[in-house]
Amino acid sequence: MKVPVTWLRELVQLPDDVTTEQLAARLTQFDLKLEEIISSGISGPLVVGRVLSIVKEPQKNGKTINWCRVDVGPEHNDADGARGIVCGAHNFVEGDLVVVSLPGTVLPALGFEITARKTYGHVSDGMICSSAELGLAGDASGIIVLDADSAAPGDDAIALLGLGDEILDLEVNPDRAYALSLRGVGRDTALAYGLEFADPADIEVTGAGEGYPVTVLDPDACPVFAARAVTGFDPSRPTPAWMAQRIEQAGMRSISLAVDITNYVMLEIGHPIHGFDLSSLQGPIVVRRANEGEKLATLDGVVRTLSTDDTVVTDDRGPISLAGVMGGAETELSSTTTDILIEAAHWKAPMIARTARRHNLPSEASKRYERGVDPELPARATQRVANLLAELGGGTIEDGLTVVGSATPRPSVGMTIGLPSRVTGVDIDAADVVEALERNGCDVALDHESLTATPPSWRFDLNDPNDLVEEVLRVVGYDQVPSILPTAPAGRGLTVAQKLRRRVGTVLAGDGLVEVKTFPFAGQADFDRLGLPADDVRRRQVLLENPLSAEEPGMTTMLLTGLLKSLALNIGRGHADVHITETGRVFLPRPDAAEAPIYGVDRRPTDDEIAAFAAALPDQPHHVGLVMSGERVRTGWAGPGRQATWGDAIAIVQHLAEELHVEIEVQPAQVMPWHPGRCAAIVLNGATIGHAGELHPRVLKAYGLPARVAAAEVDLDALIDASPEIGPRPDFSSFPVAKEDLALIVDDSVAAASVHQALAAASPLIESVRLFDVYSGDQVPDGKKSLAFALRLRAPDRTLTDADIKSAREAAVSAAGSLGATLRA
Amino acid sequence: MRDEALTAIAGADTLDALKQVRIDHVGDRSPLALANREIGALPPQARKDAGQRVGQARGAINQALAAKTAEVEAAEEERALVTESVDVTLPWDVQPVGARHPITTLSEHIADIFVAMGWEIAEGPEVEAEWLNFDALNLGPDHPARTMQDTFWVTPERAAMVLRTHTSPVQARTMLTRQPPIYIACPGRVFRTDELDATHSPVFHQVEGLAIDEGLSMGHLKGTLDHFARAIYGDGMTTRFRPSYFPFTEPSAEMDLLCYVCHNEPDAVADCRTCKGEGWVEWGGCGVVNPRVLIACGVDPERYSGFAFGIGIDRTITSRYDIADLRDLFDGDIRFTQPFGVEL
Repeated sequence: MKVPVTWLRELVQLPDDVTTEQLAARLTQFDLKLEEIISSGISGPLVVGRVLSIVKEPQKNGKTINWCRVDVGPEHNDADGARGIVCGAHNFVEGDLVVVSLPGTVLPALGFEITARKTYGHVSDGMICSSAELGLAGDASGIIVLDADSAAPGDDAIALLGLGDEILDLEVNPDRAYALSLRGVGRDTALAYGLEFADPADIEVTGAGEGYPVTVLDPDACPVFAARAVTGFDPSRPTPAWMAQRIEQAGMRSISLAVDITNYVMLEIGHPIHGFDLSSLQGPIVVRRANEGEKLATLDGVVRTLSTDDTVVTDDRGPISLAGVMGGAETELSSTTTDILIEAAHWKAPMIARTARRHNLPSEASKRYERGVDPELPARATQRVANLLAELGGGTIEDGLTVVGSATPRPSVGMTIGLPSRVTGVDIDAADVVEALERNGCDVALDHESLTATPPSWRFDLNDPNDLVEEVLRVVGYDQVPSILPTAPAGRGLTVAQKLRRRVGTVLAGDGLVEVKTFPFAGQADFDRLGLPADDVRRRQVLLENPLSAEEPGMTTMLLTGLLKSLALNIGRGHADVHITETGRVFLPRPDAAEAPIYGVDRRPTDDEIAAFAAALPDQPHHVGLVMSGERVRTGWAGPGRQATWGDAIAIVQHLAEELHVEIEVQPAQVMPWHPGRCAAIVLNGATIGHAGELHPRVLKAYGLPARVAAAEVDLDALIDASPEIGPRPDFSSFPVAKEDLALIVDDSVAAASVHQALAAASPLIESVRLFDVYSGDQVPDGKKSLAFALRLRAPDRTLTDADIKSAREAAVSAAGSLGATLRA
Repeated sequence: MRDEALTAIAGADTLDALKQVRIDHVGDRSPLALANREIGALPPQARKDAGQRVGQARGAINQALAAKTAEVEAAEEERALVTESVDVTLPWDVQPVGARHPITTLSEHIADIFVAMGWEIAEGPEVEAEWLNFDALNLGPDHPARTMQDTFWVTPERAAMVLRTHTSPVQARTMLTRQPPIYIACPGRVFRTDELDATHSPVFHQVEGLAIDEGLSMGHLKGTLDHFARAIYGDGMTTRFRPSYFPFTEPSAEMDLLCYVCHNEPDAVADCRTCKGEGWVEWGGCGVVNPRVLIACGVDPERYSGFAFGIGIDRTITSRYDIADLRDLFDGDIRFTQPFGVEL
């Protein structure tokens, strides 16, 4: 809400020594937060001048300039009683009053200080100004010509044009609808400074008798409808400068006297007003719900299709106005309108909000109705407008006054007198509570400890006891709230999952990965780049109604979508060795998802009702993802390094599992976006919870990435769920170890991990198994490979005998033999 | 024989030379060994004397050998250490250095502050039911504040799901499933339909706190926030309240933090870039939990009251580390994260 300070000071007798900055700071303490103080920034000798003479001088460039002698008042005139000024505009004549910026004036719109300068063969000793040059709205094509006799040469034009005014731009929270008017801001200003307040809405309504016929068929949407006619209005009368100026300072446009008056009254008392051209109305006005598909051409020239959710003002022909949102084109006030029907109706907020949203028509009127307009005002608002139409436009106010319906009084709110102290922690006397509420406009009754406040008609935000507390605290001061640290009961600390997620983060960083945070948005193009088959379940997304980008219309199902974009960005920025990781949720729609329920808010939903949320919402597990490109061990003076490989990706996943004491299996797999020969499924208790390995070359190409990128993505929640409460008990023997090496020949297709598992399980004496060599070549047959394992044998209770060692070795060979392994000769 | 041996020992200055000396002078074929063997052939009265003399000679030689060996070993080790010296300033930068994102570590730091007070850390889904994100928090279908929050809606709209616009639904979920006293902090990722630019992001992070107990007032809110401010920014920090409006709290306040750079000191505040001369920086919103929210979430408002607050984690990072462009937090350039290390 833009509030011209001069207008505000007219309503509240603020002491002169209160600066605009101080006023703004004080209003901020009263919940009217300052966004900015707007001022014209114009300074210096900007004065009224009278054009004494004009000499037209054609120039070689084809232009004609005017060499003017301008009387700028005795204080500023040269010895010969005027100043010489060159002017290129032609919309003025000798004798006109104009606005002159004399040397030394600063006009921010021009960006420089005016000086006397030589031009077209003359010294131009100032400038005759246009609206644009002064930063004013209006016709920029010519210079400003003031009304004759509205000022005298030498008068200060900064004051005359209101250019010295400061405007408070206040942020009005949605609960303070009343502050969208000078009336409301004025009342809070008076409250803030303890001053009297003269309510500009205290208007005597003079009308009597029957007015224009109005029937309201939709009283739920329109509890009050007032109408008043003014006839014989002179449409040629201009809007007085002071009114146009205030309207524009408040951020609206000055249009014509009749329209400006309706807007001025809206700014003044906060009630939107619509004016109909009375002569264009056909029969009585009926307020009703629109019929489905009914059409209305609104003021902005758009033909709108209405629905039964819209309320309309109609006459015999049908809709003539979209209630409270925008008028119709056929009945609008025009440049020839002489007879005006003023409408001030109280439209209900929810209806207006829905209509304004559906038709995408936020307007000054709908903004106020949506938040709530004082329902006591309609008759007074029509009177105020009628008075101004008569006073400024020569109209005649018709006696007849239409008022259909009446305002329902605000329900009273009860609270105990001690509530404000209890809620705020500030000791507040009963008398101060009562006074604060009364100063906010409430009628207050106090019966012992019990207080009843009836809010004023404009305070839609006062419904609950705590609403009253806020008003009391606003007057007492938020700075009075004490600082008391509450004592919570002993807590249980972080949950197991929270601790483990932290551990995972630290392990990943320790493994040399840099954590990134990417956006969880993705689209089919991402899944195309990842090479997912058309029917891949990971293509099924939670989609958004209003995504920011058509490329990413929904939520991602895998962290790799974001990680690979980040990897490409890093490589594009010249980093060669990039190892990044992300931990976050992915979004997996349920195949048969229900709609999420909407309940009332007057009670807690039942447990079953609460469970319905979980059934409807998509599965949103935490995943951990990582991608690695470039060297894992850096090449340098100490020797050659090593590229990050599929093995690193798997090893990091295994490291995470070890840290969580979870046993996972690594199995060969062929899943996009991984290389079909370099992809491992991470298997937990028989279920695949993720994959690791090297990415498919086609995927790297699609992302413009260098060759050989290692990647992994695993369901972190599954790992964490499987993590035991306590880790394994240390269990080892101190008897001597026996070491046995086995070289086994197996088919290429046999996974090393399966041989490893077979060996480890072959005998209780086998303490550990480690693969130390893999060989294929001349020494082994084609299609076979040699795997060399080091076994450590140990018994818990004795030193092993040769026979023990022999039998364990034989057991191992036999176990491997079940996978087709033979001892290498 | 003895003197000959001692001369040879003194002349040997490597371990190999000493070994040869040992063979030559005390070995099986050395003159001493031969002499020893011949003692048996001597007449009995001469044996004792000869045995003594050979034994003394052998003892002296062995002693000299041991001393010389120790001396030579020390000298050889000394030489070896000198030849093995390296330039320890050479970079040993072969391992990549990992780091954690400051959004993660600041969230954890904040969680630790509240856990230390006995609070617990609560979490919830990011795709959330409309009722929990809005209705339960006193943001009804026609509430003007509902349009203020530019919400991502899940398709189809009748599914009544949104990307949560704040972490407040976690508060509602906690109240729905637990009885007071409740003291929880909820860090998390939230969404609004802002286009990404230097100061806005459609995805951002906040931490909210909720306390529900008997007898809690706005004073306890202030006390908690003052403690929070000191725990993050150090002693002497404080907060101040300005009136504001949130549907889920009543009364509501904007919370300002004493400028952590100039501390609103008279001689520093005017030139302070962080607070732009205000002495205070905006930190978040807060208030007393609206009893309507308590009712919808099954908490008895006659018995319990509470407070809630929320701050932006991303903004706390950008302002504290003077990061001009919010996009740096999200584009994943490793140079952004690496300086933050593993803990804040």
